[in-house]
Amino acid sequence: MTATRMTLVAALNASLRTALADDPKTLVMGEDVGRLGGVFRVTDGLQKDFGEGRVIDTPLAESGIVGTAIGLALRGYRPVVEIQFDGFVFPAYDQIVTQLAKMHARSRGLVRLPVVVRIPYGGGIGAVEHHSESPEALFAHVAGLRVMSPSTPSDAYWMLQQAIRSDDPVIFFEPKRRYYDKGEVDTTQPAAPAHTARVVRPGADLTLAAYGPTVATCLQAAEVAAAEDGRALEVVDLRSISPIDFAAVEESVRRTGRLVVVHEAPVFFGAGAEIAAHVTERCFYRLEAPVLRVGGYHSPYPPSRLEDEYLPGLDRVLDAVERALAH
Amino acid sequence: MSDDGIRLLGPDGKRVAHPTYSGDADPGELRALYRDMALARRLDTEGVTLQRQGELALWPSLLGQEAAQVGSVRALREGDRVFPSYREHAVALARGVDPLALFRLFRGVDHGAWDPDAHDVHLYTLVIGSQTLHATGYAHGLTKDGSDAAVIAYFGDGATSQGDVAEAFNFAAVYDAPIVFFCQNNQFAISEPNERQTRVPLHQRAQGFGFPGVRVDGNDVLAVRAVTRAALEHVRSGAGPFLIEAYTYRMGAHTTSDDPTRYRDAAEVERWRAKDPLLRLDRLLRAEHAADDAFFAEVEAEGEALAARIREGVRGMPAPRAEELFDHVYAEENSLVERERAEFAAYQAAFEEV
Repeated sequence: MTATRMTLVAALNASLRTALADDPKTLVMGEDVGRLGGVFRVTDGLQKDFGEGRVIDTPLAESGIVGTAIGLALRGYRPVVEIQFDGFVFPAYDQIVTQLAKMHARSRGLVRLPVVVRIPYGGGIGAVEHHSESPEALFAHVAGLRVMSPSTPSDAYWMLQQAIRSDDPVIFFEPKRRYYDKGEVDTTQPAAPAHTARVVRPGADLTLAAYGPTVATCLQAAEVAAAEDGRALEVVDLRSISPIDFAAVEESVRRTGRLVVVHEAPVFFGAGAEIAAHVTERCFYRLEAPVLRVGGYHSPYPPSRLEDEYLPGLDRVLDAVERALAH
Repeated sequence: MSDDGIRLLGPDGKRVAHPTYSGDADPGELRALYRDMALARRLDTEGVTLQRQGELALWPSLLGQEAAQVGSVRALREGDRVFPSYREHAVALARGVDPLALFRLFRGVDHGAWDPDAHDVHLYTLVIGSQTLHATGYAHGLTKDGSDAAVIAYFGDGATSQGDVAEAFNFAAVYDAPIVFFCQNNQFAISEPNERQTRVPLHQRAQGFGFPGVRVDGNDVLAVRAVTRAALEHVRSGAGPFLIEAYTYRMGAHTTSDDPTRYRDAAEVERWRAKDPLLRLDRLLRAEHAADDAFFAEVEAEGEALAARIREGVRGMPAPRAEELFDHVYAEENSLVERERAEFAAYQAAFEEV
């Protein structure tokens, strides 16, 4: 089979379909995931094909969804839970942090909880309050969770496969403003290993590190910098936020000497802070400039008419690139 | 019916007739229930003592709740799954969980890591009410598997104020999950009495979720067993969940860190002491000539042997190895954990070289 061009939503749907077909223990659960196919249609048609017992419309209660998914996992199931929007995950935060993340450690390895929590996240779609947030750092800070975010349809397909097959709980952040971007997906091609970063555009002058929705922004910035200033920016798609593939970031920074980390989440205590600290510890003498971060501000996500000011768009990325290159 | 709920055995040790529930039990069964309760009480006394001696960080006493726990756990079939809170020592003991596993948690050498599959007893859950959702999901899984097993979830009166418990009631009702919600209403959530948790008797909560709920005298082991048996039959039939409010009293402190004299008066404790669950079964056994002095002496000796084993076991528990910090964070390899493990090993090795 050759690659098929599809949207990121279609790739996620195909991945869930594969998982449901491959393993009778896989379940899809959440609000409106059944008959409606999810508010973004990620689960479109799955209930029709796999039945109400496999694709479960749950009551509207996020803690209950994750808590009962834990119970189903204890019984041997592999639930893939959908949280409808980023800002709605917090009623489930206790179950995720206190129960899901810790069960393997507190049972000294006797209990495994292969639960995937899918969360459409991020802004840029003109949504109302609580529908545009990027809370990934709040999960990456918790030992016992794995946190990933794909940026392309191909990664969406394969990384979700890896998340579902993992015996650890995975928080799977889906870049909702890239949901309808198209890309080639080859479902027969072996995937890149989970939790590895990938250089998606090589360059010698500066490294841009990003994940999820800001990878495309960084690629655009690299395009502009090449065309307008003849600068060769390398773009690293981190793909995984916990663990972070530090080796790949270090390898890139040792070559370029400059690093700018870009994410929609607030920079304060964000993934960029962790990466900056790590790179400073490991690559201090290779750095030609301080590591810079571009991201959201220490402000609640703004009304949508202001989100272009809040989000790390092309101009803010290029501004940081310019400041790093000025050293 | 008294305010204490369905009763088949009064505090005076006399049987009480009930139109629906039967306290029928042959002498052997009565003796077995007494033994379970007496051993649990002895284990509990040892827990308090060991904490007072500095051997445990904490001990949550079950004193007074033996009948609620033993009566319910002995209504289960093999293969039924238990989701305890953190005070269900009698439940764990009756199910065959190694008692020392309970003490490992409270000594701080692990987090209570027994194998939940070995005796169908899930791990203790310390955050109030969380386990009711796990129990509900597990019960729903039993339905999916076509199993005729059932689940019992233990929690307290305080837990009924938690959102998770309300969500568990609702999910279980919507899914017709085979689960008995077993609330031990021991009257206090640490210091806060029932009036601070609820405006309605707790068993009535079930009605709003669309399933039955009853109050049973939690200090009457025969009534608890009969009501739990009926509830299990109900949930196994596919009729959905069932709530039991076992009306009891926490005779001791919330935990060894607590001082109950600050929030309740001695007269109330004395009123409940007269309703002691073990004493009333003792009276019944003697009145019905179902046990002789030799039996009680035998149980007492067994309790002392258990206590000695616990004492010795607790004092001899090896401290966990430092490297265990990194052993079970994830099921699969994790680069961050491995990096920190290596850094820690290098740090430790620096001391060895000196």
